[in-house]
Amino acid sequence: MSELAAGTVVARDPHEPGEIMEIQMGPSHPASHGTIKFNLKLDGETIVDVDVEIGYLHRGFEKMCEQFTWNHCFPYADRLNYASPLLNNVGFALAVEALAGIEAPERCQYIRVIVGELSRLCDHLTCLGMGASEIGAISAGFYMIEARELLYDLVEVITGARLTVTYCRLGGVTKDLPEDIAERCREIFLQTRRILGDCERLLARNRIFVDRMVGVGVMDRAVAISWGLTGPLLRATGEAYDVRKAHPYLLYDRFDFEVPTGTRGDNYDRFMVRMAEMQQSMRIVEQALAQIPEGPIRIDDPRYMLPPKDQVYGSIEGLMNHFKLVIEGQKVPAGEVYCATEGGNGELGFYLVSDGSGRPYRVRVRPPCFYGMAALGDMLKGAMVADIITTFGQINMIGGECDR
Amino acid sequence: MTPEALLERVVAVVPAARALPLAEMRGQAVVWLPRQGLAEALTTLRDNADTRFEQLSDLTAVDYLGRTPRFEVVYQLHSLAHRHRLRVKVGVEEADPVVPTASAVWRSALWAEREVFDLMGIRFAGHPDLRRILMYAGFEGHPLRKDYPLMQRQPIVPERDPIAQPWFPPNGGSR
Repeated sequence: MSELAAGTVVARDPHEPGEIMEIQMGPSHPASHGTIKFNLKLDGETIVDVDVEIGYLHRGFEKMCEQFTWNHCFPYADRLNYASPLLNNVGFALAVEALAGIEAPERCQYIRVIVGELSRLCDHLTCLGMGASEIGAISAGFYMIEARELLYDLVEVITGARLTVTYCRLGGVTKDLPEDIAERCREIFLQTRRILGDCERLLARNRIFVDRMVGVGVMDRAVAISWGLTGPLLRATGEAYDVRKAHPYLLYDRFDFEVPTGTRGDNYDRFMVRMAEMQQSMRIVEQALAQIPEGPIRIDDPRYMLPPKDQVYGSIEGLMNHFKLVIEGQKVPAGEVYCATEGGNGELGFYLVSDGSGRPYRVRVRPPCFYGMAALGDMLKGAMVADIITTFGQINMIGGECDR
Repeated sequence: MTPEALLERVVAVVPAARALPLAEMRGQAVVWLPRQGLAEALTTLRDNADTRFEQLSDLTAVDYLGRTPRFEVVYQLHSLAHRHRLRVKVGVEEADPVVPTASAVWRSALWAEREVFDLMGIRFAGHPDLRRILMYAGFEGHPLRKDYPLMQRQPIVPERDPIAQPWFPPNGGSR
C-alpha cells in the first residue's frame, strides 16, 4: 500500500475474506434468553466460526439425585425444563415405574397425558412468543404470553402450582382433576385458538418475519439425525419422528393426532411445526377429556405408595409403612432402564440404574436441547450475527435442562 | 421387531457383541462390546441394513466403584428407519480410562463425550476437541465419580488475561 498516494481509496472486494475479529457474546446478553456464551470469529457481520459455551446453570442434578430417595427427585425433575415441568415429571415417573415394573391406573395415565399436553402448549408458547418478540414482533409475543397465562391458570387449578408442580408420584399423581376441568379447558382452548390464529395471521406471511426466518439456521435431515436432534428441530427437516407415535407410551396410541413436519429445516419451519403441534396437543387433551374413565389415580401398593393419612395416624402398620417409605425410600429392584418420552424439545430420556436400595444409583437425563445446542455451531457457520438470535431462539435452549 | 430378534441380528452383524439376558434388562436390548474395534463395530451397527442405527440418542457413563471394570460407558442407539433401540455397554478400567471416540460415527457424540470426560474423567481417544463442557477449565476432579465428595470445595481460579489467553479454543470451533 505504501506506493499509493495518501488519500487514495482502495475498493475492497466484498467476497475477499477480511480481518477476522474474535468477539464474545454473552454469557449475559440482553438479546438472548438464557445464560450462554458464544465465542465468535467474525468477518464483518459474517460468522466464520463459533464456539458455543454452556454450563452456566449446572447445579449437579444427576449427582443430587443419587443422594435422595426416588420420590425426592420429582421436585428436581420439575426444574430441568422449567418451560414444561409436567412433561419432565411424567417422563421421570414413567422411567422409575418401568424400572419398578409397575403401571399407573388408567385414570392416572389419562391425567398424565392431559397435563403433559398442557405443559407442551406452555413450552411452545414460551418458545415462540419469545422468538417472535426477539425479532420485533412484540405484540405477537405478548399475545402468546397471554395464552400461556391462561394455561398456567389451568395448571394451577390442577396441580396447585404454576411452575414447581411436583405433580407425579411413583405409580400415581398427587391429586385428581377438578370436576369442572372439561368446561375450563373448553373456555381456555377457545381463547388459545383465537390467539394462535391471530399470531399466525400476524406472522406467517409478515415480510420482516419471513425474511428473518426463512433459510436461516438451515440443517438438512441427514446432518440433523447425526447430531442427535429430535422433536420440532428434527421434524422441521421432514423426518416425522415423534416418540408418542414411534414408541407409544401412556395411552398415546388411543388418540387421533398428526405429527406436523416441515420441509426446509430452517427457523421458519421450526416455528411453524411448533405452531401446528399446539393444535394437535389441544386435540389430544379434548379427546382425553372425553374418554377419561372414573377410577383410582394411584396404585394401591404399599411398597411404592404412601398410605392414606387416616391409616398413618390411626394404625401402627400404616405409620410404619409411611416411616419406612419416607426414611428409607422405595426399594426399586436392582437393574437399569432407558425410558424415552416426547418432551417439549424432543426426546427426553431417563437412563436409571438402581442397586436395590432406596436411592437411585445413577440418574442420567438425556436433555433434548443439549444436542440442539451442540448442533447450533454448525447451523450458524456462514450466517450473520443477527441470525444467532433467531436460531438460538428456535433451539429453545432451557438452561435447567441443558446444563442440569 | 422384538428385542429377541434384534439381539440375534446384532450378534450376527457384530460377532464381538455379547447380548445380556432380556429378563434382567426389563425387556430392553442390551449388548456388551469390547473396547478394541469399538468404532468399527459402531460404524457397522449404523450402516448395516438390518440394524441401521442412524442416531446416537445418548452417551453416558456409570461409575460402579469397587467393581472391575470400574466404569461402564453406555451408548443409547436408535434407528429411525426400523424404530428400534439398542443399548451398548463398554467396560472401562480405572487405571486406563480411555475409549475410542464415536464422534466420527455420530456427531452427537462430540458434546456427549466432552460431558462424560468432564464429569466422569473418561478420555475418548481421537476426539477432536476434548475439553470440559459443564464445568470450567480450572475445575479439579470429576464430580460424578462416586468417590468425589459431595461437599468438596474447589480452589479459586486465577484471573485470566483475555489477550494472553483468548477464550476461543486454539483448535477452534464447536467441533
